[in-house]
Amino acid sequence: MCLAIPGKVKKISNDHTAEIEIGGIVKKANLDLIPQVAVGDYVLLHAGFAIEVIDQEEALEILRAWEGK
Amino acid sequence: MRYIEEYRNKEIARKILEQIKCISQKEINLMEVCGTHTVAIFRNGIKEILPPHINLISGPGCPVCVTPLRYIDEIIALSREDNFIITTFGDMMKVPGSTSTLEREKARGAEVRIVYSTLDALKIASDNPSKKVVFMGVGFETTSPTIAWAILKAEEEKIKNFLVLSAAKIMPPAMKQILESEEVHIDGFICPGHVSAIIGSYPYNFIPSQYGIPCVISGFEPLDILQSIFRLVKQIEKKEAKVEIQYKRVVKPEGNRIALEKINKVFTLVDAEWRGIGKIPLSGLEIREEYASFNARKLNVPVEETREIEGCRCGEVLRGVITPPECRLFKNICTPENPQGACMVSSEGTCAAYYQYGRKR
Ligand code: SF4
Repeated sequence: MCLAIPGKVKKISNDHTAEIEIGGIVKKANLDLIPQVAVGDYVLLHAGFAIEVIDQEEALEILRAWEGK
Repeated sequence: MRYIEEYRNKEIARKILEQIKCISQKEINLMEVCGTHTVAIFRNGIKEILPPHINLISGPGCPVCVTPLRYIDEIIALSREDNFIITTFGDMMKVPGSTSTLEREKARGAEVRIVYSTLDALKIASDNPSKKVVFMGVGFETTSPTIAWAILKAEEEKIKNFLVLSAAKIMPPAMKQILESEEVHIDGFICPGHVSAIIGSYPYNFIPSQYGIPCVISGFEPLDILQSIFRLVKQIEKKEAKVEIQYKRVVKPEGNRIALEKINKVFTLVDAEWRGIGKIPLSGLEIREEYASFNARKLNVPVEETREIEGCRCGEVLRGVITPPECRLFKNICTPENPQGACMVSSEGTCAAYYQYGRKR
């Protein structure tokens, strides 16, 4: 039930909702839990809400650490 | 898909596995607390590729599974009242109460609607002002901010017919309970990634400091889980115990401040009943008195007497004491189509995962 899916923020409306693209499908999400989000950011979507922004640097870091080994 | 595919890279998985094998040959038990992890572990065959001395045990982290009978009975009682609409996440429909399920009540004419989010539930309330619309507030810290949000929004927009019956729970006290009971030996915890996106890493600090047990907060893709296991094995081998965040792209030590504020504003911590585990001190979220008019429990609708389900060993499964095949009902009487216990209902339940993906080891 704690499943959350990464998607890209495409458009933000005035009512704190966003259009979020997940693998080609666009879903609506409420942004009240992460108001700092911007268009182009990747976020995690859970039950209609974006719950966290995905940190792109950290995301790469953990893969890079293993690529050289 | 971005942030998914790259964490399924087979080459890197192989490297991590090699490292894990290099570090240690010691027999260890790691508990994955979260049901979403349980499913990911089964789906990706992680138990099969790990060396045999690393044992993964499923924990109590499926909110559907730990929802007590009494709570299902409460919501069924509400569904039988006139002019009520029950709104719920789909997974709750088949969860057995003492004598019925929401699915059966719906077939008998109760108005029960499956929603994808609290946003939908609130919309149903504002569209049906003459009815009382009750949302089944089930979930851990990942979901509870969205429930808190709905109550705050209902207050702001004066949607007075919106109510919540809360069975929301928090994770760290359940981990404490498992350690205190000493029924299973645990060498390390794979901590829930999306719960931690909200609460951060600090609430787990007592586990290494008081119990000397390492914790790694993990993402949900195969590489995330393997890296988390690698880090746990490393800590165990070095005789260290600390909380590490593997899922750094999402989890910050302090969590999501705004979500936490909403939870604290609406809810207060209470002792809560966990199916199969019993009462856990300060592990449940009840709606504060300030928001009592949104609390469906305050309606005091009479509820039938609780009757335990005979033969179901969900409790022991949730505590990691037995695996589902050890339950006599598993697969012959209890199946996902005809679940006897909550652990078979939810797709994230350990019994359902064993049923669907089998057990090779
Ligand atoms: S297999 Fe069914 S009856 Fe047995 S513990 Fe699991 S849910 Fe309960």
